Amino acid sequence: MFDELRDLYQEVIFDHNRNPRNFRVMENPDREVEGFNPLCGDKLTLFLKIKDGMIEDASFQGSGCAISTASVSLMTEIIKGKTIEEAEEIFEMFHKMTTGEDGEIDLDAIGKLAVLAGVREYPARVKCATLAWHTLDAALKNKEKSISTE
Amino acid sequence: MSFDVEKIRADFPILRQEIRNRPLVYLDNAATCQKPQVVIDSIVKMYSHDYANVHRGVHTLSERATAAFEGAREKVKAFINAQSHKEIIFVRGATEGINLVAQTFGKANLKAGDEILITGMEHHSNIVPWQMLCEETGAKLKVAPINLQGELIIEQFMALLTEKTRLVSVAHMSNALGTVNPVKEIISAAHEKGIKVLLDGAQAIPHMEVNVQELDCDFYVFSGHKLYAPSGIGVLYGKQELLEAMPPYQGGGDMIRKVTFEETEYNVVPYKFEAGTPSIADTVALGAALDYLSEIGMAEIAAYEAELLSYATEKAKKIKGLKIIGEAAQKGAILSFVLEKIHPHDIGTMLDSLGIAVRAGHHCAMPVMDFFQVPATARASFAMYNTKQEIDTLMTGINQLIEVFG
Repeated sequence: MFDELRDLYQEVIFDHNRNPRNFRVMENPDREVEGFNPLCGDKLTLFLKIKDGMIEDASFQGSGCAISTASVSLMTEIIKGKTIEEAEEIFEMFHKMTTGEDGEIDLDAIGKLAVLAGVREYPARVKCATLAWHTLDAALKNKEKSISTE
Repeated sequence: MSFDVEKIRADFPILRQEIRNRPLVYLDNAATCQKPQVVIDSIVKMYSHDYANVHRGVHTLSERATAAFEGAREKVKAFINAQSHKEIIFVRGATEGINLVAQTFGKANLKAGDEILITGMEHHSNIVPWQMLCEETGAKLKVAPINLQGELIIEQFMALLTEKTRLVSVAHMSNALGTVNPVKEIISAAHEKGIKVLLDGAQAIPHMEVNVQELDCDFYVFSGHKLYAPSGIGVLYGKQELLEAMPPYQGGGDMIRKVTFEETEYNVVPYKFEAGTPSIADTVALGAALDYLSEIGMAEIAAYEAELLSYATEKAKKIKGLKIIGEAAQKGAILSFVLEKIHPHDIGTMLDSLGIAVRAGHHCAMPVMDFFQVPATARASFAMYNTKQEIDTLMTGINQLIEVFG
């Protein structure tokens, strides 16, 4: 049952979907950006605390599919304690991994996020995984208050 | 003649295939439906034997193409029981039909302070063209609300029909909910106040008999691709006297009678609204689709689909955690639903892995999603070639994915 979906829906994804990490509103965030995927209605708000170029805290609110919820949950875990530059580098790697742009990805370097590599086989679902990261990108660049995948 | 679904299925070559190693179960018919062999053959025949531009040459092929093209117009006229072929305007689809009315009838008849009345269940294509028109003219868009069953609240609709209302534009059947609106009641109430009515028939026309004279609607639009015909061809029906009074839509070839650099004399209806070379083969194929449907009978199709819907609804209600969105008393063959804690996008991907095609999303009806406070729904929409076994496959799939998500 659903065998061929195992690459897309790994147990880690179900786990983060059931129990999303850092799922809370942040008091006095330094950055607060909304991400929206109009195709499926996924909405999330990302909160960041940034001090001296370092992401001290990250949290989110919103609703989405399992892929998008797991992606943002994993992201908040991973970027905490990273510098803005480091987070941008992970974003670049993640983007390449999910779009399959760059055949060879160092899956060790990307760590836990590798569980989301399966989306590249599902073009319609890539945006579910990347919404969180585009929202982060906008938050780090401090450009917009809200972004959309379309 | 009794309805033979297996015979109908055999007419649709695309249905004979496996998706992800399972027999295809195609339940996304409200988005677009599949094409019977006669429609595919019609396109092949047109391009293999009869193709040339229409309304132009004196040569044989042009005459053949024109006869086939105008023959399709006659078939549309008969299919919806219009009074004259002059009332049948070929457009790209329902969306273009609505835009045409907004940009011609709308611009000519609406001014600041006037009102256009729609309902809370409209597709974006019956919202945005009116918003654009309102922006240009200063008219106001009014929205009659729906209830939690997904039905139009008729008393509130009637209260919004005022001396300021110039046009009512409503879905004959909702694409997101399946609701069939009480259009005859709406039309007669609007006409009592001298208000014109457009029906968006994109969803209704594949599922029921449509008789524009009996409905007495002023405009009716539909798309070919939801009616077993190719995409890129659709129809705007309009009462002749209205069409004749309307300014043209786009300028170009075919819509003119005489052109000089000083002035242009427009062609008569329907050609006045058909600038440029049309989608000739697709139009002829629309005619073939209508012949095919007429042979089966729209009343027979409607009866069979009603049976499918009630079977699916009954089965769906037995699934714990499943909520049907749209439970109107008058409903077409659409089952929109949400599952507790499982996002429609995940439902869509998981069902696809079982060979089942459903739509997951907002169905181009974001205000409907907002009303029901859901980001999206999963939607199984049925056509005359679907079977009860396919509905069983769908329900088994839903139960399995609920189990996997735990």
